[in-house]
Amino acid sequence: MMTAQVLADGVLDGAMIGLGAAGVTLTYSILRFSNFAHGEMLTAGAYAALTVSGALGSLLAGSAEPIGDTSIGWGLIAATCLAMGFTALLAIVLDWLVFARLGRKATSITVVMASFGASMALRALVEFAFTSSPAYFNRDMQIAVPIGLGMRVTPDQVALTVFSLFLIILTHLVLTRTQVGRSMRAVSENPALARLAGVDVAKVVRITWALGGALATGAGVMLGLLVQIRPGMGFDLLLPMFAAAIVGGIGSVPGAFCGAMIVGLGEALTVAIVGPEWRAALAFCALIAVLLIKPSGLFGARA
Amino acid sequence: MSAILEVDALVAGYEPDMPIVNGARLTVGHGEITVILGPNGAGKSTLIKAIAGLVPVFSGTVRFEGRDITSTPAHQLVREGLAFVPQTDNVFVAMSIDDNLRLAAGILPKRERARRIAEMYEFFPDLAGRRGLAAGRLSGGQRQMVAIARALVVSPRLIILDEPSAGLSPKMVEHVFERLTDVRASGVTVVLVEQNAKAALSVADRALVLVEGRNRHEGPAATLAADAEIAELYLGGLAAHAPETRPARRLAEVGR
Repeated sequence: MMTAQVLADGVLDGAMIGLGAAGVTLTYSILRFSNFAHGEMLTAGAYAALTVSGALGSLLAGSAEPIGDTSIGWGLIAATCLAMGFTALLAIVLDWLVFARLGRKATSITVVMASFGASMALRALVEFAFTSSPAYFNRDMQIAVPIGLGMRVTPDQVALTVFSLFLIILTHLVLTRTQVGRSMRAVSENPALARLAGVDVAKVVRITWALGGALATGAGVMLGLLVQIRPGMGFDLLLPMFAAAIVGGIGSVPGAFCGAMIVGLGEALTVAIVGPEWRAALAFCALIAVLLIKPSGLFGARA
Repeated sequence: MSAILEVDALVAGYEPDMPIVNGARLTVGHGEITVILGPNGAGKSTLIKAIAGLVPVFSGTVRFEGRDITSTPAHQLVREGLAFVPQTDNVFVAMSIDDNLRLAAGILPKRERARRIAEMYEFFPDLAGRRGLAAGRLSGGQRQMVAIARALVVSPRLIILDEPSAGLSPKMVEHVFERLTDVRASGVTVVLVEQNAKAALSVADRALVLVEGRNRHEGPAATLAADAEIAELYLGGLAAHAPETRPARRLAEVGR
C-alpha cells in the first residue's frame, strides 16, 4: 500500500543512513580507502552507549527518566556522548593497529581486505561480549502521533531525525568554517601541498577517524532506539551507507546526507511497491546508476 | 653577506642506489634571489625538494639560518620560516582563494592571521576581488599568485619556488618575476628553479648551473648571463636571445 507514511519512514531511514554515510565519505576522501569496518563502528557505538547508559541507570536513579514525550532519558544522552568518544578512540586504535601499517591506499586490495577482516573480527568480538540476541535501550512503547497527510510518527522518531540533522549540519560547519575543517579538506584534495602549508597530516587523519567514529555512534544509537541493537546491525547498513556516500559524491557531507535521503526514500518506496525482500536491491541499483551516469555523484568534485 | 641557506655535498633522490642529486652545494645569502638552472633531468627540482623535506636525503647537510634542517619534514620547515611553492598542483583548487590563505595562515598566532592575509591581498591586488572564488577557476597566472601568496602569508624568511614561470604567457612571466623582486625587497630570500633562464637571470643576484646532480657553474647572475659558452651549453636558447654576446652566431645567421 502506497501512502504518505512511506515518505515519513523513508526520511527517518535516510536520516540514520546519513550519519553513517557522512563518516564513510570523510574517511574515503581524506584517508583514501573504503573502510568496510565502518559498519562495526556503528555497532560498537551502539553497544558502548548501551553499556554506559545501563551503568548510569543502576548508579544514578532517574537517569533513565524520559524527557518530554520521548523514551530517551538524559542518561542515554550522556551515554551517547561518552560512546562517541569511545568509538572515536576505537577508530584511531584500529587505524594505528591495522590500516596505517598497510599504507592506507584506496587502490590497495590489501587494505580493503584488511578492513573486511577488521569488520568480521569486531563483529565476532561484539557477539562474544554481548551475545547475538538483540538488546534494547528501553522497552517503552511509543505512541505514534498524526502529523498530517495520514502520516504518523513517534516522538522518538522526530527527536532522532532532528538529532541526525543537527550532527550533519555541525559536521558541515566544522568542515567549511573552521581551521580543522580547512585542514581536512586540504588533505582530502592534495596531501603533499597540505604538508607544505603546515598541516600536520597525521593529526588530520586522527581527527577524521574520530569524527567518523562519533558520527557512526550517532547512527548506531539511532538504529538501536528505532529498531534494536544486535552485533550485525552495522554490517547490514554498510551497503546503504556506501551507496549514499557515492550517490551524494565522495567528500561531500551534505551530499552524503542527500544521498542517504534518496536511498532511504527509495528503500521505503521499494518495500511499499515491490516488496520488502527487494529492499537491499534498491541501494545496489542507486549505486550502479550513479556510477554509470555521474560517477562523481551529486555533489562530488572528483570521481 | 651571511648565508641563510647552506647546502653541502647533498646526495638525494627517490632510490638510494640511484641518487638524482649527487653532491650538490649551494650557499644563499640573506635577501638575495638565487636561480638554479640546468638542462632537463639535471636534478634541479629534486635538489630544492630535498632541501624542503619532500625528497629523501641520503647524505650531506642542509643548514637554514645555521640550524641543521636535513630531512626535516615539510610541515615542520614551514613553521621554521622556509616556504616551498611546487611547480604543479600548488593551490587547493576546490577551496576559495581565501580558504587557501586561511589554511596556510593557520600556523600563525590567531591575532596575526587576518592582518597577514590582508597584506597578501594588498601585495596581490588581483586576488583581492576574487577571494571567494574557487582557486581552480583561476587562470594559470592567478593560480601562481595564489600559490606564492599561500607561501608568503606565514612571513617566511626563505621562499623556494619550483619553476614559477612554467606554463605562463610571456607577459605573466614578466609579472611573476616582478613580484619576486618585490618579495626580495620586502626582505625575504628567494631561491628558484627555472627553465626560463633569460628572465630568471635578469632578476636574480646569483645563479647555479646544475648538471647531472652536481654544480657545474656558479656565480653572480650577470656574469653567467654574459658567458656565451654557458648559455650555449646549458641554458638552451639563451644565446639565441642574446646574439651580441656571440658574434660568430650572428655571422652564421646572416650567412643563412
